[in-house]
Amino acid sequence: MAVASNEEIRILTPSGMLGYGFPVEHVKLGLALKPHAITIDSGSTDSGPQKLGLGEMTCSRANYVKDMEVLLEAQQKAKIPLLISSAGGDGSNLHVDVFRDIMVEIARRRGWRFKLAKIYSDVDKAHIKKELKAGRIEPLGPVPQLDPREVDAATVIVAQIGAEPFNRALDESEGVDVIVSGRAYDPSPTAAMAIRAGFDPALAWHMGKIMECGALCAEPVGRSVMGWLRRDHFEIEPLNPAERCTTASVAAHTLYEKTHPFLLAGPGGTLDLSGCRYEQVSDRRVRVSGSRFTPARPYTVKLEGAKTAGYRSIFIAGARDPIFIAQIDEILARVIDITRDYYEEIPPETYRIIPHLYGKNGVMGELEPVKTPAHELCIIVEVAAATQAIATAICGKIRTSLMHAPYPGRIATAGNLASPFTPLEIPLGQACEFNVYHLMQVDSPTALFPVQHEEIA
Amino acid sequence: MATVPTPLREIAKVVRSKNAGPFEITLDIIFKSREDFEAVKKSGVITRELISELYNVPTQAIITFGFFDLVNAVKITLPRPRAQGAIGETDMHAAQQHVPLQEIRVPWPVQ
Repeated sequence: MAVASNEEIRILTPSGMLGYGFPVEHVKLGLALKPHAITIDSGSTDSGPQKLGLGEMTCSRANYVKDMEVLLEAQQKAKIPLLISSAGGDGSNLHVDVFRDIMVEIARRRGWRFKLAKIYSDVDKAHIKKELKAGRIEPLGPVPQLDPREVDAATVIVAQIGAEPFNRALDESEGVDVIVSGRAYDPSPTAAMAIRAGFDPALAWHMGKIMECGALCAEPVGRSVMGWLRRDHFEIEPLNPAERCTTASVAAHTLYEKTHPFLLAGPGGTLDLSGCRYEQVSDRRVRVSGSRFTPARPYTVKLEGAKTAGYRSIFIAGARDPIFIAQIDEILARVIDITRDYYEEIPPETYRIIPHLYGKNGVMGELEPVKTPAHELCIIVEVAAATQAIATAICGKIRTSLMHAPYPGRIATAGNLASPFTPLEIPLGQACEFNVYHLMQVDSPTALFPVQHEEIA
Repeated sequence: MATVPTPLREIAKVVRSKNAGPFEITLDIIFKSREDFEAVKKSGVITRELISELYNVPTQAIITFGFFDLVNAVKITLPRPRAQGAIGETDMHAAQQHVPLQEIRVPWPVQ
């Protein structure tokens, strides 16, 4: 096993997202460089609130099994720690346990043994409400103040784990081989390994920030990446020989999906990249120095939560008649009025009807600069209501009314819509909404995050 | 030097939009060179007021707006019209909200 010297720690990140797959041969190239740890994130809010709201995972279980088996094999051979963060995408306790079960299954099948540490990140709602009352919770960005009713409405609320809980998991039990964590700030596993080995936290967080996306910092963008962190700089290089990191690609990466180009807030502080230097040290490798980290006082963690918000049904239909297309807004408005009158027994505030008109403004809505519709439209009408049955019924009423709606100048009297699919009304199941996205003060960076150790054999 | 109004899609290397968390959308315009970046900056065309108009958002609601020379880029962060994935969503990843920026016209030297 490679031991980090005082001079250098090497980290291998196979991919920006566990479950998306990665080329095994590039991971092998990385292992030949003798990394001290493998880190990989599996979290994101980017595919929507339904993960937290309904307990769904980002990728299918089979894809997690496939990626984890490759990484556990690497761990077994190289005898280095494997750190996996934000299990299942949302990092809920439920998904930490799913990941643990997958590992047990693989270990049994392959005859492997390892020491596993699990870090949980679901936060007790009573605790959140107490902290809210004490004025220790603030909105993060353009988000309303947290209402205790929203805390109750959320399916689950997770807090983002910083570096400290990973290091606690490694410190309190000797020889931890694998960590599976709940929701973590994406750079935390890499930063934790480097900070634990005594390196500059600013460089550790910056390297973590770049590596959590895999080789997204390369040209062309790729999957697997290797980082070398030293006393006063770090270096970054993609593992696919066909890709390269350039000073421009590494510097510009910090813009990606971030609010600000050089101020990056995370658990316990803010990374400031305004004074960074980027140097091309080889054709494919870039050296970074000058990162700064300002600790936050008090220490805050980000809370994430989502709730269910009724049920949705949609219909999808095409329109090709130019006389119809020219009047689509007026016709739809009339149909919606008729539908609302028809369902007078359903309280109007309990359901919503939202047309999406592709070929007109389906992507940009009211911001669409092009005002002339295309020669054909895809019409999707979204109905959200208290139950699936009501949503589908209203959706069906709108579809049939629109199909047969009269309009001035109509000469196609048999029907207005071209329907590609059955069912004509499509139930979408429960809708979800993010309703907690706040910063909470904590007295200790580790207190919210229980660690459990177990031997897997 | 003679100039013609030229859309950013012909000048910039990258013009893109994406979520920055579930409540913000961030827009990046990255230029091919420091010279292009400086020329666009100097033109004075890209302002908070222009963004406010293009994205129908009050200037005081703009979260980030700036020319950042470290990366030869303009970065703009706006509140999302609705939380990501909420009822009525049109663009889960906010990946196709960059087009109004592509069409911004900057006086540019005739080739």
